[in-house]
Amino acid sequence: MTDMIVIAELTKGTVNPSSAELVSAAKAMGGDVTVVVPCTDASMADSVATYEGVSKVLAVKSDLFAGNDSSGWASALDSSIPNGTVLFLASARSKDVASRLAARRGLSVVQDVVSIEGNNLTSPIYSGKANQTVTVNGDAVISVRANVFSGVGTSSSNDVSVVDASGDVKTAVQDVMQRASARLDVSEANIIISGGRGMGSPANFSHLEAVADTIGAAVGASRAAVDTWEEIPHSMQVGQTGKTVNPNLYIAVGISGAIQHLAGMRSSKYIVAINKDADAPIFQHADYGIVATWEEALPVFQDALSNLLG
Amino acid sequence: MLAESIEMSTIVVLVKQVPDTNAKIAVQGGRVDLSSVKMEMSPYDGFAIETALRHKEATGGTVTALTVGAAGTEKILKDAKAMGVDDIVRVWDDSWNELDSNALQSILKQSIESLGATAVYCGKSAADTGAGSTGPGLAERLGWANASNIIGAEFGDSVTVSMPVEAGVAKITVPLPAVISCDKGDFKPRKANVKGIMMAKKAQVELMTATAPASTVIVAQHSMPAAKPAGKTFEGGSSASQVVQLLRDEANVL
Ligand SMILES: Cc1cc2nc3c(=O)[nH]c(=O)nc-3n(C[C@H](O)[C@H](O)[C@H](O)COP(=O)(O)OP(=O)(O)OC[C@H]3O[C@@H](n4cnc5c(N)ncnc54)[C@H](O)[C@@H]3O)c2cc1C
Ligand SMILES: Nc1ncnc2c1ncn2[C@@H]1O[C@H](COP(=O)(O)O)[C@@H](O)[C@H]1O
Repeated sequence: MTDMIVIAELTKGTVNPSSAELVSAAKAMGGDVTVVVPCTDASMADSVATYEGVSKVLAVKSDLFAGNDSSGWASALDSSIPNGTVLFLASARSKDVASRLAARRGLSVVQDVVSIEGNNLTSPIYSGKANQTVTVNGDAVISVRANVFSGVGTSSSNDVSVVDASGDVKTAVQDVMQRASARLDVSEANIIISGGRGMGSPANFSHLEAVADTIGAAVGASRAAVDTWEEIPHSMQVGQTGKTVNPNLYIAVGISGAIQHLAGMRSSKYIVAINKDADAPIFQHADYGIVATWEEALPVFQDALSNLLG
Repeated sequence: MLAESIEMSTIVVLVKQVPDTNAKIAVQGGRVDLSSVKMEMSPYDGFAIETALRHKEATGGTVTALTVGAAGTEKILKDAKAMGVDDIVRVWDDSWNELDSNALQSILKQSIESLGATAVYCGKSAADTGAGSTGPGLAERLGWANASNIIGAEFGDSVTVSMPVEAGVAKITVPLPAVISCDKGDFKPRKANVKGIMMAKKAQVELMTATAPASTVIVAQHSMPAAKPAGKTFEGGSSASQVVQLLRDEANVL
C-alpha cells in the first residue's frame, strides 16, 4: 500500500480549512496519511496538527512559499517530502504545483478528482459533460476538487516535525501591476453571485456586491458582461474561457445559461437562478429558480438574507 | 554582421484536437462516443498560436505546430498552418493508445529536444481534460523556465509575460528557453486568410516518433454525470425570500 501525502492548501498565507477534505480523500484511497504544510513559519501547521486520523504532520519551511513561483514550490516540496501518492487541492496554483511535482518524480498527475474508490479516481471531462474514471497503478499525484469530500474532524494534537527546504527559482516577478480588488476571487469562494448582460449596466453590479458582502460571497460575471462592459474585468469571468468554479452555492443573475457559461459552474453544489425569462436555459440547471427581473427579486433576496444572517 | 551568426530560433506551439465545445457528449458501452462529433483545435491553443506568431514577428525565427495524436488529428495542424505557422509536425506510434500524462510529457520532451526549440507555447488547459498539466509538467521535465496562464507578453532576449497571481496581475520575466501556457488574453487569434488556407492544403505534415514509458494511469470507464433532480421554480420577485429560507433549511448552504 502506498503512503498518502496530503499537501495542505495555503490561501493568503494561512492553511485553508479545505485541507481537512484532502485527508478524507487520502483515506478513501487507503494507506497512512502524512500531512505536509508548506510554510514560512512552522506555527502555520498548528491548525493541521489536530486533524483526525493523520499519522504524521510535517511543516516544510521555505521563504519560497511566500511567493508565486510554482517551480520553486515544486522543487522545495520534492526535496523534502517522502515518496508516495501526493494529494493537492485542485486550486489553480496547486494544480500547477501538482503537475510539476509529478514531472519531477516521473509520475502521472490526475487533476480535479471528484470521487475516489480505492485506486479508481473520477474526474469531470469535457467541462463536466461526462466523467472519466481512471485506475491508478502505483504512485501518482492527484488534485481533488474542494467541497466534494467532507473534512475530517479534530482529535488530540499530533507532533509537528519541521524541515527546512530550499528550491531553485527560475522566474522573477518584476512588478505586480494591477492590485487585485479586496474582494474574494471566484476561484476561492464557497459562494458566488454572478451577473450577466441582464444586469443592464456595470453600475448595477453594486447590487450583487451588496449581497456578496452579506453572505461572504465572491462576485462573478458572464462573458457577455465582461465583453460588453470595460468595468467588469476578465478575472471575474466564469465559464469555458473564464474560470471553472465549484462552490457550494452559485447564484446566477441575468445570465441565460449558455453552454460555455455552464461549463464553468455546472458542478456547483447548489444553483440559484434569477432571470425574467422562464425559458432561459439556466433554469434547467437551477435547484431554485426565480422567474422575475433582478430589480424585483434582488431587494427581497437581500432583505431576507440580512434578516437571516443580520 | 552579428545577427547572421546567431542561429534562428525555433518556436514550438503545442496543439491538441478535441471535440467541438458546443457538441453534445454521449457515452456508449462505458466510453464517450465521439463518432458523430465534430473535432477541432482546443480553444486555448489558438491563443498559444497567436502568441507564438507574435514572438516570431518580434524576434525572427520559425514557428512549428506540433501535436501528439493519431492520423485523424492532422486537420488541426492544417488549421495552424493556415493561421501562419511555418512547419507542422505530428508525433505518433501506432503502438500508443491512451497516453497518461507521464507518457505524453515524455514524448513531448523528446520531440521538443529533437526540434531544438527555444520557446514552447501551449494552451492553459485542453478542452477535453481541463487539466492544465502539460505546460508546467513539460517545463519541469525540460528543466526550463515557465509561466502558466499568461494573458499578455512582450518579446526580446527573454519573454516578459503578464499573468494573474493571488495579489493581482504580475509582470514576470521569463528567461529562454521556456514553456509558456496561454490563457485568453490581450491577443486575439488571427483568422486564416485565403492565401493561408491554400498554403495549408499543400503543406506536408512531418511525422516524428519517440519512445514512451508504459502508462500507469489507465482509463477504466466514462460515464454521464448523475442527473440533477429537477429544481424548484418560483414566479415573481417576492418568492426570493422563500428561496433564502430553502437555502438555509433544505440546502444548508447559508
Ligand atoms: C468559444 C466561446 C467561449 C465562450 N466562453 C464563455 C465563458 O467563459 N463564459 C460565459 O459566460 N460565456 C462564454 N461564451 C459566451 C456564451 O455563449 C454566451 O454568449 C454568454 O454566456 C451570454 O452571457 P449572458 O447570459 O450574460 O447574456 P445573454 O445571453 O444576453 O443573457 C442575458 C439574460 O438576462 C436576462 N435578463 C435580461 N434583463 C433582465 C432583468 N432585468 N432581470 C433578470 N434577467 C434579465 C435575459 O432573459 C437573458 O436570459 C463563450 C462563447 C464562445 C463561442
Ligand atoms: N496530445 C497533445 N499534443 C499536443 N499538445 C498537447 C497534447 N495534449 C495537451 N497538449 C497541450 O497542452 C495544453 C494543456 O493540456 P492539458 O494539460 O491536457 O490541459 C493543450 O492546450 C495543448 O496545448
